[in-house]
Formats: sequence, C-alpha cells, structure tokens
Amino acid sequence: MTATSTSYILKRIVFALVTVFVAVTLNFVLFRALPGSAVTDLSRVPNASPQLVHALKVQFGLDKSKTQQYFVYLKQLTHGNLGISYTDQQPVNSLLFRALKNSVPMALLGAIVAIVIGTGSGILATWRRDTLLSYGTTFSAMVFYSLPTQWLGLMLILLFGGLLPTSGMTNEFLLHPSGWQHASDYLSHMILPSLTYALTLYGQYALVVRSAMLETMGEDYVLTARAKGLPMRRIMLRHVFRNAMLPFATLVALSLGFIAGGAVLIETVFSWPGIGRLIYQSVLSRDYPVLQGAFLVITLSVIFFNFVADLLYFKIDPRISQ
Amino acid sequence: MSSIIESPEVQPVSDVGGEKEPSIGTFAIVWQVIRRRPSAAIGAAVLLLVIAISLLAPVIAPYGIHQQVGPVYGPPSFKHPLGLDDGGIDMLSLIMWGGRVSLTVGLAATVVAIFVGGTIGILTGYLGGVTDTVLMRFTDYFIVIPVIPLMMVIAVLWGPSLSHIILVIGLLQWTTTARIVRAQVRSVRERVYIRRARAIGGGHLRVVLRHVLPQVAPLLVANTVLTIAIAVFSETALAFLGLSDPSRTSWGTMIQHAFARTAASTGAWWAIVYPGVAVAIVIMACYLLGQAIEDAMNPRLKVSHVSVRTFGVRLPPREGDS
Repeated sequence: MTATSTSYILKRIVFALVTVFVAVTLNFVLFRALPGSAVTDLSRVPNASPQLVHALKVQFGLDKSKTQQYFVYLKQLTHGNLGISYTDQQPVNSLLFRALKNSVPMALLGAIVAIVIGTGSGILATWRRDTLLSYGTTFSAMVFYSLPTQWLGLMLILLFGGLLPTSGMTNEFLLHPSGWQHASDYLSHMILPSLTYALTLYGQYALVVRSAMLETMGEDYVLTARAKGLPMRRIMLRHVFRNAMLPFATLVALSLGFIAGGAVLIETVFSWPGIGRLIYQSVLSRDYPVLQGAFLVITLSVIFFNFVADLLYFKIDPRISQ
Repeated sequence: MSSIIESPEVQPVSDVGGEKEPSIGTFAIVWQVIRRRPSAAIGAAVLLLVIAISLLAPVIAPYGIHQQVGPVYGPPSFKHPLGLDDGGIDMLSLIMWGGRVSLTVGLAATVVAIFVGGTIGILTGYLGGVTDTVLMRFTDYFIVIPVIPLMMVIAVLWGPSLSHIILVIGLLQWTTTARIVRAQVRSVRERVYIRRARAIGGGHLRVVLRHVLPQVAPLLVANTVLTIAIAVFSETALAFLGLSDPSRTSWGTMIQHAFARTAASTGAWWAIVYPGVAVAIVIMACYLLGQAIEDAMNPRLKVSHVSVRTFGVRLPPREGDS
C-alpha cells in the first residue's frame, strides 16, 4: 500500500466521521426544533395534573436544558441506546431492529434483481446501439423510471392480486405451519413488494449504466482496443463495462444505503411491517425518539455505504487518489 | 463602482483574450437542442400540451369535479372515456383539473429548489474556502438524510396545505442542483476572463451575475426540468401518505383515493391507472427534455469510437450527432 493510497483512505475515513458527527448533531437539532413532545399530547388530556406532566418530563429527560440533553444523547449513543418511544414506551432499539429485520430482506431481494436486470439492459442498450433492442430497453427503463412507486405497487396488485398475497408478511390463518410452509408463505408475500422495489430501481440503474457506458466508449483506450482488432464482446465487457462501473458502483452503494429507509411507499401499499411503516406511524403520532433513531440508522447506513463506495472506487480506479 | 465599468463599452474588454465561449443566450441553446434532438422536441411538446390542457381545464373539462354524473366506479364509456371515480365523478375532468394542482406544486417547488440550490452552489463554488466546507457538509447531510420521511415529518407539523407542500418539496430537493452548480462554477471561476473582470473592478455580485451565471445557465435549465419531475413525483408520494391538501384534487390525491377506497379490489382499474399515467407522462417528458439538454452540454458523449458506423451496420446518423 503506497503513501497516496493510505492518505486517500485516511481522508475518506475522516470525511465519513465528520459526516457522521454532522448527521448525529443535525438529527438532534431537527427533532428538538420541532414542536410537541411526549408531554404535549398528554397535557391535552383534561385532568392531567401538573405533577403527572412533570413526572413525564423527568422520565424522558425533557426537564434538562437542550445542551444537557444533547450531551446525554451523545453519551447514550455511544452505549447504543437510542431512547424510549413516546407512544408505547418500548426501547427504540428493539422497535427499529424488529422493523429492519422485516424491511431488509424484502428490499435487498428487490435491489439484487434490479442490479442484475439493470446492468444487463444497460449493457444491451449500448452494445446494440441504434437498434430496436437498444431503443426498447432504453424506453422501458425510462418508463419504469417515470412511474410513481405507489402506483406501480397498485398496478401489480391489480395484475397479480388473485395469484399472490398483496398485504402483510404472513398468512395469519395458516395454523401451525411446517418450516417449509412458513418459508414459502413468507416468500410469496415478499414477491410483490420486492418486485415493486426492483422495478423502480431498475429504470434508474439501466439508464445510469447506459450513459456511463456511452461516455466510456469515447475514451481513447477503446479506440486502441478497437485498433488492435479485439472482438466486440471483449471490448464491451473488459474495456467499456469495467470502466463504466465507476458511477454505477456509487449509485448502487447509495441505494443500498437507502434500503434501510427507502420503502415507505411500498410498505404502505403492501402493509409490510418494516421500517417505512414504522416511520409513517411515528410521524402520525409524533413519536420523535423513534423517528430520531430511524433517521440515525438510515443516515448512518447511507454514510457507511458511501464510504464503501469510496473505497470501491479507489480499488476500481486508482487514478483518483492522484 | 464607477460608472465607466458599468458602461456597455467596457464590457467586451473583459472578454477579449479570455477563453469565454461565444455568447449564445441560454434560451438559444435550449431552442437549438429542441430543434436538433427529436427526444427533446417530444419532451417539450408533451410538456407544453399538458400545461395547455391544465390551463384550459375550466373551459375544456366536460363535467364539473364536484358533480356526480353516474354510478360509483362507473366503467369507461362513450360519455366518460376514462370512467368514473368513487364518487361517480368524471375521471377525465378530474385529471384535467388535477393537472393544475400537480403542475403548480411541481413548478413552484422547483423554483424554490433551484433558488436554494443555485444560491448555495454559486456561493460554495465561487467563494470556496470555509464557506464551501461548511455549506457542503450541510449539503452532505441533506443528501444522506431520508428525504421522504423528512418531508412527511415537516408536512405533518406544518399541516396540510398546498403552499406547505411546495415549500417542503422545494426545501428538500435542492442538493443535486447545488452540487451541479458548484462544480460548474468552480470550473468557470479560474478562467482568464473572470479574473480580468475582477481586475478591472467588477464586484463579486456583478461577476457572478454577468460572467458566471450565463456559463452555468444551460445546465441549470436542464437541472430545472429534471427537478420538476422530482417535484411532481414527490407531490404524489406526499399525497399518497395523506399529507397533501385534502380539499384540492391532484394526480397524487387521485391515486391515494383509489387506494384508500379499494379501487384495486373492486376491479376499478381506471381509477388507478389514469392518474398514474398522467404523472408518468409528465415525468418522462421532463426527463427526455432535461437529459437532452444535459447531453448536449456534455461533449464527451458525442464522440464514440465504438459507434455502430464503425461496425459495418449502416444507419442514418442521428441529427445533431455529426
């Protein structure tokens, strides 16, 4: 490992840590700047005594000054404590964990499908440039890029509503299912939300791969490869695609980061009990600790995957450290 | 600033010897792109058509939008080509009127986003230094934060109204603009004519408005068009989560109504399909136009060493690619 690469990686680490700190702080500011708290709703209850209000404030640490609250928040964060939900008094940690456990497999499946078909059709669209196939794939990518997520979900319900389950994660009427039955039930519930997610991502992926490949095709080394008489297949895959992967890797890493929080609309359409639904419900009940925790998890995962993308970028293209 | 510098005779002096590109107006550039690229022409024409239909809705809508003209979820017929909604209201009229609200939100939110993003981009790119670092960290936070959940939080707090929705979308969708403008300004900043303009006493504001902005403008136009698409998209998302103004019909609220009032299980596909198609048409038109302008601004895409022509397939060269 050379000096430049070490300094590059160090710089990315510092940069990621600074962004984490900014995110942690702004998350705190955001949810303190918003009106309402655990106490506000209860205070509207006709017979809420001042003692009760005060007790609640003490319980949630809201009697302290904002600065003190900030330091308590930072300290608890280092212990991995994200606070207690205002509405059901559960630790935010476990609420988030449960929701993520439901969201991540569904979104990940969608993302993988999207990466595969997105790259494939992006490559096809450039390889067979100016043919019907190219226009077809580009057009379909554009169509899927343009469709509103929730609408796409509803369309899938319209099309496949009779064949596949459209709501929830498991069939509640399935009594004492065997392991196999349970797995197939779970998977069948996952198909439509995952497919929606895949199709919304697919358009974007295909378009980005296509434009990155078109851009790479103008490079001089592609001309050289052509002049050497290399077969088209080799030029496309070894020379063009590998270099075109740079922007695509960033995009994929970014969207993997958003997996943790991206699917609010999809989870609403399909009643999928994941983090998107949790956020939605918490917004409606102004459950700030849960929202603060959810925002933190999402921003951290985005920063993390950005960092991964930076390292990947460096691995793929060592030029950038110079 | 003395009057001599303000006078038009001095103006060309700053241009002589600089590598300033021949000054064609931004709109001339956009017009050229529209004339040369069929995709841009289609996008622009469709956008104009949709805007015209929305403007003329009071005149050309066949029925009122508060008027029951048939059975609940009446299917498409000769009198009602797009069918009836859950209140027996003509869908065609609803879509025409809904376009007014959706496009208003889209355009107004874009103005806000471009203003915020443009200002931040120019400030960071032109001034550099501490301003750049601080504002870019701030921008980074807005890039990693989950946008839809944050929009939900703010929309719930501010209450459902059209102006709030516009502000929420505008204030959260400016990051791309800021980054594009910043990169562009940074590349323009060091050019000779800018330094000359500074040397002969042009103030920062004047230099930015007269010399930097015109160079950035074409890309800003492309970005504006693409932001309209994102804003329209965001409006449907917020409406779907029930956070839009309930008294106004937009394409977003139409999809939400269809979802909430079980159009999918009733089989009333027309109540879901058409508003989504309207949204998709607008987004696709914006995308075609914006992408074409952006491509025209990016000379790297024009040269292609592995173009179809070099591989023996003869196709007429596309206009503008020569």
